[in-house]
Amino acid sequence: METPAIELRGVARYFGERIALRDITVAVPAGATLAVLGRNGAGKSTLLRVLATLLRQHAGEVSLLGEPLPERAFAVRGRLGLLAHEPLLYRDLSGRENLRYQARLYGVSAERVEELLRAVRMERRADDPVRLLSRGMVQRVAVCRSVLHDPEILLLDEARANLDPGASELVEPLVGRPAGRTRVITSHDPQAALAEADLALGLRDGRATFFLAADQVTPDHVRELYA
Amino acid sequence: MKTALAVLRKDLLLELRTLETIPAMALFSITTFVIFHFGLNRPTVDGQLAAGVLTVTLLFAGILGVNRLFVAEREQGGFDAFLLAPVDRSALLVAKAGALFLFLLALEVIAVPAFSLLLLGPSLGPALPSMIAVLALADLGIAVIGTLVSALAVQTRARDVIGPVIGLPLLIPALIATARALGPLLGAHGPAALPGKWLLILALYDLVFALIAYAVFDFLLED
Repeated sequence: METPAIELRGVARYFGERIALRDITVAVPAGATLAVLGRNGAGKSTLLRVLATLLRQHAGEVSLLGEPLPERAFAVRGRLGLLAHEPLLYRDLSGRENLRYQARLYGVSAERVEELLRAVRMERRADDPVRLLSRGMVQRVAVCRSVLHDPEILLLDEARANLDPGASELVEPLVGRPAGRTRVITSHDPQAALAEADLALGLRDGRATFFLAADQVTPDHVRELYA
Repeated sequence: MKTALAVLRKDLLLELRTLETIPAMALFSITTFVIFHFGLNRPTVDGQLAAGVLTVTLLFAGILGVNRLFVAEREQGGFDAFLLAPVDRSALLVAKAGALFLFLLALEVIAVPAFSLLLLGPSLGPALPSMIAVLALADLGIAVIGTLVSALAVQTRARDVIGPVIGLPLLIPALIATARALGPLLGAHGPAALPGKWLLILALYDLVFALIAYAVFDFLLED
């Protein structure tokens, strides 16, 4: 049997006495998309940060691409991308400077930066400081940052936030299903998230209320989750 | 080393764009010299007093740089972006210490002539080559300890306080060695020989803290 690209067994994470995640068990095959659903504060972003190697789990086991975390985090960092709430861009640098800086960290060529800027139609505004760009433009540059190194696993926290329909279409080949990456997505729009997912995890107060194939998630599941 | 250079280059570019750190440090040092001028009620100073005034002023101005060293990383997600990358995390220590070292050099290019103009009795010229050696070693110590302290402080809510509270006591040995090394260079009757003992102490201090910083820096970045 093929090793899942993402595997969590009994994962828990605390912030002081507050339990952000408890007993989460999930397996995501390579190339599949997992939608993580839940209300604000349910633990979605914490889960993504654990998977991104930015937070350590306090209990349970996490493995990405067959590598156990946190012990082998260094081995997977170059193979995963994160598009979080924050764009992770320096406001006083231009989009192009930000991406070139990131490209140096990942050992990626400057040509790849230009290719991505063209793909999201940001080449004309790429030399403007990020602080002067609209939120949608910043998000487009952030999308470029997250896929700069062509990651196998993509962690998307509200990836289409601030994007108009046209911009959403532009980023689709990079972060959408056509890219063929293993993805974990969160969204405040459960129907949209389920529509592009193979699996769905419902989180409530840090606990999994369901882990099902996306097409088996019923309106009742969703209603209960957000009630 | 390539990673450290990439981060250093980015930090220098950010400072060039924002001019948030070096001008503040320079302005602080010049204001402090003016305050000393009136506070000491003396037109000029020399010898150990001059060395003390210069060293303390540069140290406090340096603390301004220490406090700002990781602000962009914290406020604009630079930490997360760096931690996500498949790079040696010690590169961040090297780059940030390098940036702070360069900021301190830039500060001294402005502050030392200003000190000479506003307070120093003897002529600066003859002492300058030896002073550069002493100040470069002092800057190295401030840069290493400042980076360590700043990385620690930026994780806390009271970062503006934590930096000086932890950093200044750690820097006292460097302050003593720098002031004692500079004292004979700023004598009223011209510079005496460079006191090798204090220079050696300063170099050893830099080496020890560089090794400590290298050993513990990764842990400061861990969750």
